[in-house]
This record gives sequence, C-alpha cells and structure tokens, in this order.
Amino acid sequence: MKIMNEKKRYFITYSVLLGVMILIALIGPLCMSTDIYTSDLGRALQAPSADHWFGTDKLGRDVFARIIHGMQLSLGMSFSIVSLMAMTGTLVGVVAGFYGGKVEMVLMRLCDIMISFPGIILAIAIAGVMGGSIGNAILALTLVGWAKYARIVRSLVLKVRGEDYVTAARLSGASPFVIMRRHILPNTLPLVFVTAGMDLGTMILEVAGLSFLGFGAQPPTPEWGRMLNEGRQYLQMAPWLMVFPGVAILLVVTVFNLWSDSLRDILDPKQT
Amino acid sequence: MVVRIGKRLVQLLITLLGVTFITFSLTYMAPGDPVAMLLETGDTIISQDVVEQTRHELGLDRPFLVQYGSWLGHALTGDLGMSYSAKKPVVDKMAEAFPGTLLLATTSIVLMLLIAIPAGVMAAVYCNRWLDYILRAVSFIGISMPTFWLGLVLLYVFGYKLGMAPIATATVSLANVMLPAITMAFTLASKYMRQVRLVVLEEMNKEYVIGARARGMTERAILWRHIFPNACLPLITILGLSFGWLLGGVAVVEMVFAWPGLGKMAVQAITMRDYPLLQGFVLWAALAYMSINMLIDVSYSLLDPRLRKGGHS
Repeated sequence: MKIMNEKKRYFITYSVLLGVMILIALIGPLCMSTDIYTSDLGRALQAPSADHWFGTDKLGRDVFARIIHGMQLSLGMSFSIVSLMAMTGTLVGVVAGFYGGKVEMVLMRLCDIMISFPGIILAIAIAGVMGGSIGNAILALTLVGWAKYARIVRSLVLKVRGEDYVTAARLSGASPFVIMRRHILPNTLPLVFVTAGMDLGTMILEVAGLSFLGFGAQPPTPEWGRMLNEGRQYLQMAPWLMVFPGVAILLVVTVFNLWSDSLRDILDPKQT
Repeated sequence: MVVRIGKRLVQLLITLLGVTFITFSLTYMAPGDPVAMLLETGDTIISQDVVEQTRHELGLDRPFLVQYGSWLGHALTGDLGMSYSAKKPVVDKMAEAFPGTLLLATTSIVLMLLIAIPAGVMAAVYCNRWLDYILRAVSFIGISMPTFWLGLVLLYVFGYKLGMAPIATATVSLANVMLPAITMAFTLASKYMRQVRLVVLEEMNKEYVIGARARGMTERAILWRHIFPNACLPLITILGLSFGWLLGGVAVVEMVFAWPGLGKMAVQAITMRDYPLLQGFVLWAALAYMSINMLIDVSYSLLDPRLRKGGHS
C-alpha cells in the first residue's frame, strides 16, 4: 500500500510538471508581443542579453520567443503522431485479434514487415520524397510506427476473446462492433496508454531529427530541429542558436520520459 | 534448426519486397521530375523532346508495375541501376560511402561497450546506492537528448573551442571518426547500460550465485566468471540490432560532422531526387539490419544449448 502511494506521488508530481509544460506551450505564445517572423537584419546574430534572453538568429529574430512558439509545435506534432499511431494500431489489433483467420494473418504479416527493420530509415525516405512539411513528417512517422501498437493490442485481444463475459455478450445477441467496443477494447487501453506515453518523448526527438535533416518543418517555422539546423551553420559565430533549442528538447523529452515511466509504474499490470 | 532458418529467410525476403515496393511507389508518386534533375547542367534550356527521349531511355514512361518488376529483376543480379546525380552505377556509389559508415559503426559499437558494460555492471553491483543513482541519471539524460544535438555540442567544444578535432571530415580515418563515434556511443550506451544493469541484477539473484558464495569464491570472481558470462547472452541480441541499425548509416550524425557515409549519401539522394540511389540505400539498410538480426538469432541457439532443440519460436 505504501509503495502504491509512493508511485502515485511520483505520477502526480510529474503530471503537474507535464501540465505546466503544456500550459506554457498553449498560453506562452499568446503572452508574447514579440514578432517571430519579421526579420530585422540590424539585430542579426546578437548574443544573449537582457533584451534577447537567448540571443537573436541570422534574421534578427528573438530566439527565446521562437523557442516558446516552437514548443506548441513540437508538443502538438508529438501528440498527433502518437494518437494517430495508437488509434490505427489499436483498430488493426482489435480487428485482427477478434476476427482471426485470414484477416488476422494478412494484418499481422503487414505488422511483421513494418517491425522487422529500422522504421526511421523509411520515415526519412517517405518524408523526404514527399517533400519536407509538417504534415508529411507526421504521416511518415505514423506509417512506420503503428505496427507496434497493433501487435500489443492483438495479443491482449487473444487473451480476453475467450473470456466468459465475451461469450455471454455474444450469446445475448450483441453485435461484433458492440463486443469489440464495450468488452474488448477497454481491456487493451491501459497498455496502449503506457506505450503511447513512452512514445511521446521519442516522437519529439524523431520529429526534430527529420526537421534537422530538412525533411520536416520548413523555414520560417520556429521548429526546434529546424532551428538547430540553422544553428549548425552559425556554430562558430553564434553558438547560442545551437544551445537553446537543444536544451529545450532535452528538458521537454526528460519531463515526458519521467512522466511516462511513472505512468507505467501505476498502470502496467505486469508490475502489480 | 534448418526449418527455423528457412522461415526467417522467407520472412526476410517478404519484408525486403514490401519495403522496396513502398519506396518504389513513393518515388513514382513523388512531385518533381528526376529527368529534369538529371539533364540539368548549368543554364541550358532542355527541349521537351530531349526530356521525353531520356525518359524513354530510362524506361520511366513504362507502367509502374513493369518498372518495379524490372528493377527487382536487375536487383537480383546485383544491378541496382544508375545513380542520376553521380552518373554511375548505384552499387559503385554505395561502395564509396560504405567504408565511412562501416568505420563509424564499428568504432561506435566498441566505444559503446567500453562505456556501457562497466557502467551497467557497476550500477547493478551498487544497486540503489549513490553510484547507481548517478549512472542512471546520466543514462536518463542520454536517452532524452537528440543525438545530433550532442554532436553539435561536442563539435563546438572539441572542434572550435579546443581545436582537438577536425570540423569538417572529408576523409575517412580513425582520427576523424572519434567525435562522431563518441556521439553515437554515448546515446547507444545510455540505452544499453540500462539493459546491462537489469540483466546483471537478474543474474545476481539466481541460486548459483549463492552456491558460489558458499564455496568461498570472491565476489569479484563470482561477478566476472559466473554472472557476467550468463548475462552476456541476452545482451548480444540488442548489440546486434544496434550494429545492424548503424550499418544503415545514421543520417543525422553523419550530417552534423559532414561524415562521408551512407546516411549523408541518402539525404543527398533525396534532395537531388536521385531515386535509384535512394532505392538502393533503403534496400541495403533493411537487408543489413535483418541479416544481422537473423545471424544473431541463429548463433544464439548455438551458444545456448537450452535453445538448441527449439520448441518455441
């Protein structure tokens, strides 16, 4: 009991941290009057000062303001990718596990293909070939990431499919859709949430990586990976362009990882 | 055993088919004209006739499935087509970039083991004491940090500030590979250390350890002669996966250090719309990753007699 409380306390602490972060991402840009798109070459590449906490970039834009705006983008993209992956994967997993037979075989072979080689390679190819944009980066990472969820969900469905309450529902005339939604799906959700939580941080890193390569957000979007790409060109003259977006990614991903670890500790049935 | 290898081979072929098919359809649907890219030389304006003729010569006016089938047929004989941008065979272009990636991959793995094994074992031995907490905190930061950012920081500190490492590495050499390899090794070690710690902790609680202790063996001998060899087995799989992944070239790190490897080549292939080259790269990355994975799986059952009969899969 005491251990449970301690786990809960961690989870609550990190949830508060995560909440603060989401608040900053949502409200931060609204509180700032700084224009993050207009260039002012007279102020280009200024070192951090009282006026510009994190310095200015090559077009004289305030780096601090751009990082706060970028937070909304990074969190938004990560949440979109993870929810898309989790929804697609869960749908495929439930259908495959519930119907079995040929449907299951085809869907699971497809999953095997997607899982058995490094997804980021294909994601780079997809996002790059379709042309660098936020939408294409989201699509690419979703396409290579859903299969993991499908596998997890299917194995859980196989476990509950034969339970008495599912048979009872079937005998009382419930339609397959109702059985899947009311009786099977809820059993799979805890593990789906745990997996999704762990992916939130990873996706921020991968989105930043794609943008860093030029296959994600395009200028003048204040995306962190994109900003690091620009910072790389001015590494010697203006190291602050490289330092602050990186620290921002590190902090956000750390909070996500701490939070998802604590979520796993209270939700994962294997632990209890 | 033979059946298992056979099954894995079939799985490998199906996956390669799937992966190349996806890439092929992508490049087919992609915006932008590779032919224009190919013919572009300076300011000369190319007539539509020449574009059409080149397209015909390259076979790009044929139906999609015919193009894929023909690519596949050639790929089976080891011919991956011509690279548009380099105007030479894709295989040659990839062979040029391969030594860079191979050196980076091997050095990264060696450095990673040198960090992760002592760190992981120490963390397990000093479990829940301050050394363990520090090592775990460092590894937590390591996995929460973008690899390419760590690369930029190291490049700034050791390249620009201390002048200890080259800033742009045009040649593949052991001195030049150190910085990119340390970057990769740190990220990989952060993940790997956690695994080492877990496996060693698990082994430490087994009964043979109590037996060895009762026989009066020193803790040191128990750790390195009994626990560690047993812990190695599950670690080999992860090691193999990392190596297979590295052989595909880690594009972000290669870009930071301008390292002439396969990852950088792939990024350039995409920006130049050099699709045959990209196609060849994806095929290689998937093949390298999966064959190493398969090799590990097979050697696993050779190393561990318990798995040799192979009841489960």
